[in-house]
Amino acid sequence: MLDAYEKAGGKPDVLRASRVASAVISASDVLAVNEIEGVTIKTQQQEHGVRARIVVAPGTKVEHPVHLCFGMTASEGLQQIDSQFDIGEGAEVGFLAHCTFPNAVELKHVMDAQIRVGPGATMRYREAHYHGSQGGIEVLPTTHAQVEEGGRLEIEFNLTEGRVGRMAIEFEADVAARGVAELVSKAYGSGDDDIRVNEVVRLNGEGARGLTKTRVAVRDRARSEITTTAEGNAPQARGHMDCTEIVRGRAEARNVPIVVVRDDRARVTHEAAIGSVGKKELETLMARGLDEEEAVDIIIRGMLRD
Amino acid sequence: MEQTLLDVENLSVQRPGAEVLRGVNLAVGYAEVHALLGLNGSGKTSLALALMGAEGYDAEEGRILFDGQDITRRSVTERAQLGLTLAWQNPARFEGLPVADYLALGMQDPSRERLEEALEAVALAPRAYLGRAVDNALSGGERKRIELAAVYAMRPRLAILDEPDSGVDVLCLEDVISLMRRMADEGTSVLLITHRDEMASMADRASLICAGAVVRSGTPDEVRDYFARRCRPHEDLLGSQPWGEEAGGTYQRVVAEGVCRE
Repeated sequence: MLDAYEKAGGKPDVLRASRVASAVISASDVLAVNEIEGVTIKTQQQEHGVRARIVVAPGTKVEHPVHLCFGMTASEGLQQIDSQFDIGEGAEVGFLAHCTFPNAVELKHVMDAQIRVGPGATMRYREAHYHGSQGGIEVLPTTHAQVEEGGRLEIEFNLTEGRVGRMAIEFEADVAARGVAELVSKAYGSGDDDIRVNEVVRLNGEGARGLTKTRVAVRDRARSEITTTAEGNAPQARGHMDCTEIVRGRAEARNVPIVVVRDDRARVTHEAAIGSVGKKELETLMARGLDEEEAVDIIIRGMLRD
Repeated sequence: MEQTLLDVENLSVQRPGAEVLRGVNLAVGYAEVHALLGLNGSGKTSLALALMGAEGYDAEEGRILFDGQDITRRSVTERAQLGLTLAWQNPARFEGLPVADYLALGMQDPSRERLEEALEAVALAPRAYLGRAVDNALSGGERKRIELAAVYAMRPRLAILDEPDSGVDVLCLEDVISLMRRMADEGTSVLLITHRDEMASMADRASLICAGAVVRSGTPDEVRDYFARRCRPHEDLLGSQPWGEEAGGTYQRVVAEGVCRE
């Protein structure tokens, strides 16, 4: 499990450090939990996974990111993680989550996360996946986030190592006055991988801001469909959706941006670029001696880099 | 005749709706800095792209010889691997690609020392730039310098520099000039595309391109004098309006009407 965690970019030593809050969950077993002052992590085993509640006390500034390690080393089965994150008023905390499924052949990973970012609080959550080369995995994360007044939520989801398999991200955020929600999703699909991302950011309070940034590359016969919705529902709400998808071979990419504005003082924008790698970018790298495939790979890796 | 690294013979290139190069002849010697002058829309960048083998700039006629080898039908990659490269006028941006990785692409020995040397050659502090990405956060001037650093780091046999001075502040022109001189001293030939007299002055030789054809080659003084007498009137006539294909061929029309005839 820890080997796979390391391959996903995690540092096993950190999980043993007493000053770092952490939890390690393999299938439905909680292998380790470390709480620190101001951060409580309560877990409960369930039939096919674990229920976890993570609370950061109001005003707590967590120095080191909380490390979370989820995964399964088995080749088949179901892991269901139901999680609640409650970030108290004025608290600041980062999370580094690594999800590892190195041997997946017929495996399903379902996550259901409820997030509350309290008034003036900040939560940064980065999740990196490491899958094996088989592609026999379904990743189905669903998140609902409530960002309260002046709160800030940043989420980055990265699935660029190993095969994606089938992934469907569902994300919803409701943002109160002067709150911020930023969501970055990156994935690299190959073979017959199927990537679906559906993000909805509702900017409900005055001066609320939201950003969705999606970077997806698909090759072979892989498919991606990115649907992003930003709603400007209050004065001075500002939303932006930014999607880039690179398509190679017989792959297919779709982007559906939905802009909803319910207040004439709000503003929501979107930009999308879908298709092959730009000719000029390609030729610039080829003029350094790279062949076309190498150049494309460098461009895609750069775009998907953390 | 002196030995030349690059020989362009009667090169013609057709683009949709226009013949952008018409029987170009050009020779660039070993370790020579050769300035290519010409008005906007005259074919300078088209020639640079045709020499690099860019898509859409295939030769209709003529040939390109590089150190005696015919590279007219070679790919961009093959030309680069032979030692020919190009610094684009408006270089591409690469999201997430660190400057260090970008500089290392064409290098034989991408040691930290060599990367730092390349940035210092264009007066950029390595510590401030090696970890940054070659993306939109860089200013136009910074991006151009990094492009020049990447070309220098590659140690090519021929570097085509398409207006390396545009977008770079005047105070730093001296850095660009000394870089080109340094490249030539280290054995790299430079084909310098420029509008600036002070840039052309530092070249060993120069050529003037007009309406897709090289009309004069010689010393920089000779070519600049010819340029001043024959080409400046075009600038007066055209004023500040955009030229070239995007302006409906205004430049081509002026040339066709014979303003520059003897």
